[in-house]
Amino acid sequence: MKDREKNRILTKHISRRDLLKGSAFGLASLAIPIGKADASFWEAFFQKHFREMNRDEVKAVIARLEEDYYKKYNKRFNIKTTEALPGTLFGYGLDLSRCIGCRRCVYACVRENNQSRDPQIHWITVLRFKKGEKWVNDLEEAEKYYYPDEVPEEGYFYMPVQCQQCENPPCVKVCPTQATWKEPDGIVVVDYNWCIGCRYCMAACPYGARRFNWGEPRIAREEINTNVHYLGNRPRYKGVVEKCTFCIQRTRGNPGRYPACVEICPVGARKFGNLLDPKSEIRYIIENKRVFRLKEDLNTQPKFFYFFAT
Amino acid sequence: MSIFNPFINFFRVLRQVVKGNKWYYAWVGLLSFFILLGLVAYFKQLQYGLIETAMRDQVSWGLYIANFTFLVGVAAAAVYLVVPAYIYNFKPIKEVVLFGELLAATAIVMCIMFIMVDLGRPERVWHILPVVGKMHFPASLLAWDVIVLNGYLAINLFIPFYALYKLAHGREYNMQIIKPLIIISIPWAISIHTVTAFLYNGLPSRPFWNAAVLAPRFIASALCSGPALMLIIFQIVRKIYKLDIDNKAIFKIAELIAYAMGVNLFLFAAEFFKEFYSNSIHLAPMKYLFFGLNGHYNLVPWMWASLLFNITAFVLFLLPKTREHFFSLNLACVLVIAGVYIEKGMGLVIPGFVPGTLGEIYEYTPTMVEKYITIGIWAAGALIYTVFLKFMIPIYKGELRFKSSQSKQVG
Repeated sequence: MKDREKNRILTKHISRRDLLKGSAFGLASLAIPIGKADASFWEAFFQKHFREMNRDEVKAVIARLEEDYYKKYNKRFNIKTTEALPGTLFGYGLDLSRCIGCRRCVYACVRENNQSRDPQIHWITVLRFKKGEKWVNDLEEAEKYYYPDEVPEEGYFYMPVQCQQCENPPCVKVCPTQATWKEPDGIVVVDYNWCIGCRYCMAACPYGARRFNWGEPRIAREEINTNVHYLGNRPRYKGVVEKCTFCIQRTRGNPGRYPACVEICPVGARKFGNLLDPKSEIRYIIENKRVFRLKEDLNTQPKFFYFFAT
Repeated sequence: MSIFNPFINFFRVLRQVVKGNKWYYAWVGLLSFFILLGLVAYFKQLQYGLIETAMRDQVSWGLYIANFTFLVGVAAAAVYLVVPAYIYNFKPIKEVVLFGELLAATAIVMCIMFIMVDLGRPERVWHILPVVGKMHFPASLLAWDVIVLNGYLAINLFIPFYALYKLAHGREYNMQIIKPLIIISIPWAISIHTVTAFLYNGLPSRPFWNAAVLAPRFIASALCSGPALMLIIFQIVRKIYKLDIDNKAIFKIAELIAYAMGVNLFLFAAEFFKEFYSNSIHLAPMKYLFFGLNGHYNLVPWMWASLLFNITAFVLFLLPKTREHFFSLNLACVLVIAGVYIEKGMGLVIPGFVPGTLGEIYEYTPTMVEKYITIGIWAAGALIYTVFLKFMIPIYKGELRFKSSQSKQVG
C-alpha cells in the first residue's frame, strides 16, 4: 500500500520532470487523458501551418474540422477557404459625426462571427467621450462601460474601435510562430490551429483589437452561424487569440457582402470598400472628407479611416 | 565489463541522490508537496483554461511572465562568477563557479516552465521551433529568446557536467574544451537578458516598456539579484556539506553587487526624472506604479518597498563594515532579491498594460491557481538544484568516484 503510494508519487515526478524540460511531447502525453485519444486528436496535433498545406491537405483538414464541429454543435458547417480576390485591398471608413454609440455593430459582429457568449468576447469596443475632454491621442478619458437608457446622450460622442487592419501590423511582426499574417487583400488573419496562445500579439497591438479565449468558448446551438471561413468566423478554441477579419467570409466573394457591422449600422456611419478601386465609396471619402487614423505616431498605417462627413 | 560502467555509475549517482539524512528527506518531501500542489493547480488550469488566472484581455500577461523575467536575470548572473574566475583567475571564486553555472541552468529550466504554464496551447509549443515548426526568425523577439535561452541552458549544463564527469573519473578537465565555451558564455549571458528586455522594449504600443534604458536596467538589476541568491546558497552549502568556500569569494561578489545596484539605481533615477519632469501622457504607467492612477493603487506599496529595499541593500553592500558582517550581508541579500523580484517582476510587466491601449485600467491581482503554480515551479527549481548539489558536491570533494576502465592507467 505504502509502496504503491510511493510509486504513484514517483511517476508523477517523472512526468513533472518531462515538463521541466519543456518537452512538448511530454506535455501532450499529459493532456491526452483530458482530451480524446483517438486518431483525429493526432491529426489535429500534427496539423500543418495553413499556408504550408497543399490543396489536398487543406481539403482533408476542412473535412475533419467540419466533422469536429458537427460533433460539438450538431450542425453542418460550410468552411470556406476562399483566397484573396486579385486587385483588392480592403479599407474601412467610420463617420464619427454620425455614430450614436448604440453598439448594434458590436452584437451584429458577435452573431456573425461566432464569438463566445460565455465568457463574453467582443471584437468591437465602443468608446464614449465627453465633449471637450481630451481624446484621440490620450484615451484615458474614454469610457467603455456606459449603460444609458437611450443613445446618443447629451454632451457625449462615441468612437468604435476594432482591428485597424494595419499595413504595418505590429502583431504580425511579433508572433513567434507566424500564426498570424497579413493577407494579399490586407486583412490580418489568425490560424486558430497554429496559435500557441502566448499573447505576445496582444501586448503588441496598440488598438486593443485582439481577444484571447481565456476559457472554453460557448455559443448556444441555435445561435451558431454555420457559414464560415477557415481564417475568419469558424468557432474558436480555448487558449487561442482571435480578432476582427473585416468579415472575411462575406467580403471575399464576387459579388461579396458588406461586413456585418456595416450592414447593421442604423445611421450609416460605417463604410467599406476596395482601396484599389478609384470609384469606390471609401476612396471618395479619403479624397473628399477630413480623415484621420488612430495613433498615427506609431506608424502602423491602419486601413481604418475615421472621418467627419458633416 | 566496461560497457556496464555507465550503468554502474548511473546507479552510484542515483544511490547518492536517494540516500540522505532525515533533514534531506524532509526538505525533498516539502518541495514535493509544493510541486504536487502546483501540479493540481496546473491540471485545473489545463482543463478550464487560463480563465483560472486573473489575466484578461486588458492585462494579458501576469505573474508567470513576471517570474520568467526575474529568473532570466538570475540565470544571466552566473557570468558574474565566470569573469573573475576564469578570466582573472581569481581563485576563491573559481572554486565556486560550478555552483553558479548550475544555478543558471536551473533558472533557465524554471524560465521554460513559466513560459509553458503561460501558454494557452502548451501542446503546440513545437510550432515555435525551426524546421518542425514555423519559427518567426528574425522578426519575433520571442524566437530570439527561444534560441538564446536554450543555447545558454546547453552551455551551462555542459560546462559543469563535463568538469564533474572528468572529476568523477579522477581526471583533470581539459581547459582547451572549456575555455572557448566560457568565453562564449559571457556575451551569451548578457544576450539572454538583452533579448528578454528587447521583447518588451520593441513594442511602441506600450510606452512604459518602450524606453531605451530598459535593457541596461535589466542587466544592472540582474547582476544584483542573481549573485545575491548565490551568496545565500553558498553559505547554506558551506554549512551543510562542510565545503570550503573562501570568505574572500563571498565578500568580492558582495562588492560587485554594490556596483551593479549603484548603476541600477542611477538608471532608475534617469527614467523617473525623464517621465515626471517631461510630464507627458506617457507618464501614466509610472504614476500608476508609484502614486496610483484614478484611485487604483495595487502596486504602490510594493514599488516603494522595492525602492527602499534596493537603496538599503546598496548601502549595506557598499560599506566594507556591513558587507563583511554576515548578518548585514545576508539581510542585504534578502532585500536585493525581494527588491528586484518586485521591480523586475510585477513592477515591470503590469505597468505595460495599465493603463491599457484604449485607456482602460484593469487592476490585476493573481488568483490562487496562479500562486500555487508559481510556488510549484519554484519548488521544482529548488528540487532540481538540490539534486544537482547532492551528487555534485561528493564528486567535487572526491568522495564519489566513477568506475572507469581508463582511470587506473591515467590516474
